[in-house]
Amino acid sequence: MKTNDIILQTATKVVLFIIVLFSVYIFFAGHYTPGGGFVGGLLTSGAIILLLLAFDMKTVDKILPVNFMYMIATGLLFAIGTGAGGLLFNVPFLTHAFTDVDLPILGHLSLHTAALFDLGVFLVVVGVTMIIIKTIGEDD
Amino acid sequence: MSLLHLAIISPFLLAILVPIVYKLFKQIHTGWFVLPLPILLFSYFISYLSITSNQQSVTNSFSWIPSLGIDFTAKIDGLGLLFALLITGIGALVVLYSIYYLDKKKEKLNNFYVYLLLFMGAMLGVVLSDNLIVLYTFWELTSFSSFLLIGYWYHREKSRYGAQKSMIITVFGGLSMLGGIILLYLMTGTFSISEIIAQSDEIFSHSLFVPALLCILLGAFTKSAQFPFHIWLPDAMEAPTPVSAYLHSATMVKAGIYLIARMSPVFAEHSLWLWLIAGFGITTLFWGSFSAVKQTDLKAILAFSTVSQLGMIMSLLGIGAAALHFETVEDGYFTVATTAAVFHLINHATFKGSLFMVAGIVDHETGTRDIRKLGGLMNFMPITFTLAIIGTFAMAGLPPFNGFLSKEMFFTGMVRVLEMDIFNLDTWGFLFPVLAWVASVFTFIYSMIIVFKTFTGKFQPEQLEKKPHEAPIGMLISPIILASLVIIIGFFPNIISNTLISPAQAAIMPAEGYVYDTHISFWHGFTPELFMTLGVITLGILLFATLPKWKGVYGLFPEKLALNRFYDSGLSGIQQGAHGFTRWYMNGSIRNYLVYIFTFFIVILLSTLFIKNAFKFDASNVSAIKFSEIVLALVIAVASITILFVKSRLTSIILLGAVGYTVALFFVIFRAPDLALTQLVIETISVALFLLCFYHLPQIKDEERMPFKATNAVISIGVGLVVTLIAFSAHSNKLFDSISQYYIENTYEKAAGKNMVNVILVDFRGFDTMFEITVLAIAALGIFGMIKLRLGGGKKNENK
Repeated sequence: MKTNDIILQTATKVVLFIIVLFSVYIFFAGHYTPGGGFVGGLLTSGAIILLLLAFDMKTVDKILPVNFMYMIATGLLFAIGTGAGGLLFNVPFLTHAFTDVDLPILGHLSLHTAALFDLGVFLVVVGVTMIIIKTIGEDD
Repeated sequence: MSLLHLAIISPFLLAILVPIVYKLFKQIHTGWFVLPLPILLFSYFISYLSITSNQQSVTNSFSWIPSLGIDFTAKIDGLGLLFALLITGIGALVVLYSIYYLDKKKEKLNNFYVYLLLFMGAMLGVVLSDNLIVLYTFWELTSFSSFLLIGYWYHREKSRYGAQKSMIITVFGGLSMLGGIILLYLMTGTFSISEIIAQSDEIFSHSLFVPALLCILLGAFTKSAQFPFHIWLPDAMEAPTPVSAYLHSATMVKAGIYLIARMSPVFAEHSLWLWLIAGFGITTLFWGSFSAVKQTDLKAILAFSTVSQLGMIMSLLGIGAAALHFETVEDGYFTVATTAAVFHLINHATFKGSLFMVAGIVDHETGTRDIRKLGGLMNFMPITFTLAIIGTFAMAGLPPFNGFLSKEMFFTGMVRVLEMDIFNLDTWGFLFPVLAWVASVFTFIYSMIIVFKTFTGKFQPEQLEKKPHEAPIGMLISPIILASLVIIIGFFPNIISNTLISPAQAAIMPAEGYVYDTHISFWHGFTPELFMTLGVITLGILLFATLPKWKGVYGLFPEKLALNRFYDSGLSGIQQGAHGFTRWYMNGSIRNYLVYIFTFFIVILLSTLFIKNAFKFDASNVSAIKFSEIVLALVIAVASITILFVKSRLTSIILLGAVGYTVALFFVIFRAPDLALTQLVIETISVALFLLCFYHLPQIKDEERMPFKATNAVISIGVGLVVTLIAFSAHSNKLFDSISQYYIENTYEKAAGKNMVNVILVDFRGFDTMFEITVLAIAALGIFGMIKLRLGGGKKNENK
């Protein structure tokens, strides 16, 4: 899919980072306000797709030399690992824990193992979307 | 989680590290990194001997899925410990042996040791779990790792065939066992073996008792290669020899025996239990030893011999169950069969393990295992020859080796069947000692074949691929250790009698307040057993000497009736049948599939609504419809209808996007920000995806447009109708309280989150999410495979 659209390309260079940052925000905010790993992952893949539409597959591969298959596997490991982690503390599979900490610069933080689980969801969603789009896009 | 749990899980943990270690230290044989674990575990389990030899047990539990009664309860008692020691002890020797057997440059050692460790962990899990579901999970994992190990040299067709065969047969049995476990749960309400045993008297007359017994037995018989399911074991010999020594003679095939021993306190009082186990066992014993004599491959002889020895242990366990019906359990008169079963189990692991390793050495140093090509190796491999003598003589039941003692005890058990007067044993029981004796004669013959056809006779260097020489010392250590055990146990059997055998027996036949005391003696006087052994030796030597003259007997058996042919034709028949059936409805058109799915959907749901009289329309508790909502609904309707008439694909996509975005707006109005957000992003991405897909498709031409089809219209309207009806009914029928109140109250309390939707996703219903992302991952793999691999040749993705 060859395009040469200077307006889209220039806009993408700026918007891309905003979307990615927003997706990171949404991911972390998920526990308290709308958002979470699933939407966050979809937003990130949306950003990559924008890049793909504005440039082409080669550029995307160059900027993001990531094997998305590994990303899916890592995501699944995160999710299952978080679940299995509970077993080490003698609680049932997928029991989450949370704690509050106060750090010097970051201030009051609430840490959850649920966030790790959600990170797994995030990675799987990005990986799956990108695998689907890349395989179909590369096909000719 | 206790140290005991950690011991069970440690092989899995090491298995994760193996590929990394393999990559990092290519120069060092990966086996050296694996070896310490079984040694460590072995010494750890030894420390439990002091507890179990008092016939006590240790139980450690932690919750896994408490809501379903599934807890990872590790229980170590005499029986479990005996198996754990076998698994880790033989495991250590096999790993050591494999270091010399498998070449570090040519073989994929990372795969091998990962599979082997998987197996070790799974097997420990089987024998140390008190929860049946956990046991079942590990049980299937042993089948699975056995499949991988048999197929280790997957480029060979025979390996793949053997792997598939073992998988099909053992998993078939495993599933039936799962059925049995569920039946037990229905009767007792628990998955814990100890609790089921405690209730065994109450469930004895339950109508599900016999079905549960049969299901469990089927699982045990397939795993332990009992006739007629034994056919997978000879084909499993395609695995590397260390694997055959470990899985297919010393440990995995004994899982069935373990299960029967473990479940004995539950079922043993039933006459079916005795007859089926003893009957199948003795048949297997006879058939295995009879078939072993006609084999020409060393490993095939050993395979059939394993089948037959497993049958022998099985029959002993069956006969041992009869002791429960006599009041004199304590004097050990009828329990001797069970003692013999446990004793022979240990002995078999030692001598058969060493014999497999000997066969491996012969194969490794000469390049063949065919006894027609081998011969006269005695001079080249004196140590291997000695080891083979010890192993085979023990197997044949000759003094002074351990096999002699357990064989005598086996005869004792079988002869005492004649004195039992229950379950018709007084009419047909005489068959047991007769068959046992005949089978022992054949056992003697094939034992002699193994040692004398390989090591004596004419040396045929022209038939061998390599010039034979003695194996390296590292390869000899493991069989030497096993052979020394054969001799040590032969001379001093009582060092294991009260440390290993009695505690195991106490677990198989728990007798309240009674401590088993086993004493094995070498000389019993001139008993019938002694004369039976003498008869075996005399007739055995005679038949071995005249083998060429009567070998024609094997030709008499019609080839058509062979079980393997039955298996093969059955398998291909099922495949063809399934293929034909699938062809009939899977014709490759996605439209047809949608028609099937939606028609089914409409029929099932509409009929349910009708039969249950569930349709209800209740508008009493609804809010007023706002103008903005009407506008949105109109937009959706108009956009949907327009899609049907537009001519360009691009317009269809955009219209579809419009529908999706409008739905998102609905979510905004109904104050569901999470849903709205997700819907918006999904819509954006799917539009991009459609664009990519449609890029590959040609323009729609006028004449290609699909004509109006009445069936499609009926189906689509039907789906819409059903969904609407269900939506109304679901709103109007309040059968139980909504769960949302629970989430509102607990989201912050229990999960410290304020976004209820997300907390449900990651915490309350985290299991769902975990499986959903797994499904997503599988879908991605599927799409990747479908497009990249293009099975089905020239047909490009026309069905997408």
